[in-house]
Amino acid sequence: MSEVSQREPDPAAPRRPWLRLLPLLLAMAIGAFLFVGLGLKPKEIPSALIGKAVPAFDLPALPERPPGLKSADLQGQVSLVNVFASWCLSCRVEHPLFMNLKALDVVPVHGLNYKDEPQAALAWLDRYGDPYQRIGADRKGRVGIDWGVYGVPETFLINAQGRIACKHIGPVSDSDLQDKLLPAIEALRQGKEPKC
Amino acid sequence: MTAELGHYALVLALAVALVQGLVPLYGAHRGEAGWIALARPAAAVQCLLIVVAFGALTNAYVSSDFSVLNVASNSHSAKPLLYKITGVWGNHEGSLLLWVLILALFGGAVALFGGNLPAPFRARVLAVQALIAVGFLSFVLFTSNPFARLLPPPVDGRGLNPLLQDPGLAFHPPFLYLGYVGFSMAFSFAVAALIEGRVDAAWARWVRPWTLAAWCFLTVGIGLGSWWAYYELGWGGWWFWDPVENASFMPWLAGTALLHSSIVVEKRDSLKNWTVLLAILTFSLSLLGTFLVRSGVLTSVHAFATDPARGSFILAFLFVVVAGSLGLYALRAPAMRGGGLFAPVSREGALVFNNLLLSTACATVFLGTLYPLFLDALSGQKITVGPPYFHATFGPLMVPVLLATALGPMLPWKRGDLLGALQRLKFAVAATLAALFLTLVLAHDGPWLAIPALAIGVWMIAGALEEAAQRLRLFRVPVAESLRRLIRLPRAAWGATFAHAGVGAVVIGIVASSAWQEEKLVVMRPGEVLSVGGYEVTFDGAAEFQGPNYTGVRGAFRVSRDGRAVTALQPEARNYPNPPMATTEAAIRTGWDGDLYAVIGDPTGDGAWSTRLYHKPLVHWIWFGSLVMVLGGLISLSDRRHRVGAPARRTTADAVPAAAEGD
Repeated sequence: MSEVSQREPDPAAPRRPWLRLLPLLLAMAIGAFLFVGLGLKPKEIPSALIGKAVPAFDLPALPERPPGLKSADLQGQVSLVNVFASWCLSCRVEHPLFMNLKALDVVPVHGLNYKDEPQAALAWLDRYGDPYQRIGADRKGRVGIDWGVYGVPETFLINAQGRIACKHIGPVSDSDLQDKLLPAIEALRQGKEPKC
Repeated sequence: MTAELGHYALVLALAVALVQGLVPLYGAHRGEAGWIALARPAAAVQCLLIVVAFGALTNAYVSSDFSVLNVASNSHSAKPLLYKITGVWGNHEGSLLLWVLILALFGGAVALFGGNLPAPFRARVLAVQALIAVGFLSFVLFTSNPFARLLPPPVDGRGLNPLLQDPGLAFHPPFLYLGYVGFSMAFSFAVAALIEGRVDAAWARWVRPWTLAAWCFLTVGIGLGSWWAYYELGWGGWWFWDPVENASFMPWLAGTALLHSSIVVEKRDSLKNWTVLLAILTFSLSLLGTFLVRSGVLTSVHAFATDPARGSFILAFLFVVVAGSLGLYALRAPAMRGGGLFAPVSREGALVFNNLLLSTACATVFLGTLYPLFLDALSGQKITVGPPYFHATFGPLMVPVLLATALGPMLPWKRGDLLGALQRLKFAVAATLAALFLTLVLAHDGPWLAIPALAIGVWMIAGALEEAAQRLRLFRVPVAESLRRLIRLPRAAWGATFAHAGVGAVVIGIVASSAWQEEKLVVMRPGEVLSVGGYEVTFDGAAEFQGPNYTGVRGAFRVSRDGRAVTALQPEARNYPNPPMATTEAAIRTGWDGDLYAVIGDPTGDGAWSTRLYHKPLVHWIWFGSLVMVLGGLISLSDRRHRVGAPARRTTADAVPAAAEGD
């Protein structure tokens, strides 16, 4: 059981002492990137539309559920546009929040019903409640493309001039609403730049 | 109660792992025989406790105990029993438990079968292994407890993702983990050797079987995963260069390099430094894979429930493991200088060539996988790196290494002769030229690069066979003598023959199926006939049906060739209610010349259906070749020298300092 920690002196060894440190240094550099990466959100792709006017569109209403939604409707006051569909599961998760916004009359919420069967959409609204002021039925998803929608749900915050101020991808959670959307709405109403 | 029992066993296992990680390490340092001897029983007890914990979770799944949160969120009472069991590891918490189970099983195996290791060395290996277990057990217990209760329990569970309810994927994670975690053995051996400050032939001989076993498992795991993607995702593709796929491919590449470099350490006492570094890197890449999959730092189709807190924990652990081992490496590596000199053209030279290219290839995959993260961190730009990058970088790097695969075994140690080796491979050269000529004549309609690429595959198989024939001295000595050599010659060499030929088969499968694939995306009406890859496919319509836990649509295709009925294809599109999800089940007919692949899409309203039909020449060679590779690994694993053990190390150890002093 002799301890063999004595190293033989090697005449050829430390010619380039930095070389043996290289793997460690490289690994540390990569680790630093990974650490920074933890704080990044790769799924949130910045929308090129931020700050731009909403794309021109005019969508019909769902059958017997007027009114429909067009670009002009988004002028005049701060509003939210929520892209939803009856086939979308996460939409069900965020839906109660929009019902709350409606009940408390915080901000008008409009719906963009994306690539959906009108009957299925109506049944869905019947079942989970209808928080929307206006709903545009985008059956083919054409308007969705103009808006840069790539997954449902997405939620856009529109300022009083009809420009897109913020975009939220994925279901809106309670903390998203409290920490991001509501402060942004407040900022917009006071005429300030929203942080989001 | 069983859930609490499992939880308790896991806590105990953490305590045991802590003791096992510290006491034997200190004991080996001080030379205390009693403390050293603690390693073996501790490893066994730790293993037993984790088996109990895993059993408890499995029991909760099988008995559909929805008061356990993990079961309620991932299982469902209407699920077939097989998927109740495989559901145990179909989620973050359970899969981590499987990780630690496999880790403990490997540790237990060293305790049980490591009788030929010197006791202090074995104690150090087991201690390092236990320290890894401490990290993962704390991860499970503090951030991802699989035994958390849910009150009140729901009536039924939320169900397992239907894409995972598939035999191919059910066994994909265990094999993958057996591979990942298996490399922890190479890591523990490397760190133990660094602590002792010595790497020699005996060390390489101990490391090799563990690395080989891990490599076989990982190969099976990756193969199963790609096969699943092929038949389940319905796009006919089998590899997408997705970050998570790359996460499993990087350790495979590094592990393959390690397998080859450890041969040089064992036979020629050279490349020691590099081999130890590779052993560390291979396991670090396995850990990195775990980090990438579970932290959500990269966008991938493989979405585990990701959570930044978990990401931070694994990153911290990764930091400790990598910084600790590489720091130790920086301290101790200079002491481990290799002896054997060799000429550039030699067996050693070929293995160095293999290592250089495999590790460069691994680095390109690493760069491509993490580049979006680097760029996002530096400039906030969001990009994804797709297959074109990997094809352009990884492909060219593979060409020389594949070409050299057939040549390497023909070169003698120390100094070889390239021309002589080529001459002795004259049949392989002839076969390759014939393959080139035949593909030029018969299949000149594909991309021209496919023709030499296919010839590379042929070269590898023919080269491996010719090398084997020479080893047998086939046709030069009586058949009985050849047979005797077949049995008596070292199995490791036969393993190499199979593994190299297997890679050749994989190459042929990849090249042929991507270059000469035929793809038809059409709307078909019942009665319509389509010609794909020399087959006539008749669509007979589609009908709804009820499965055990889903509803679906089944399409009916009749396939014939030259008027003779060949087979019927029935692709399905399924709708699972719990959780709601649609999956496609492609119908695949495998013939000797390739696969006919049919997918049923959506109805277009007027009785017609959108369908996809592919003919993929030789695509099954990819998985057949992988199996041959694994077979090669297993044959090599059964080599006699792994069973009889390494040459007595104690004597060499005593001899080395003496010799050094003598110098």
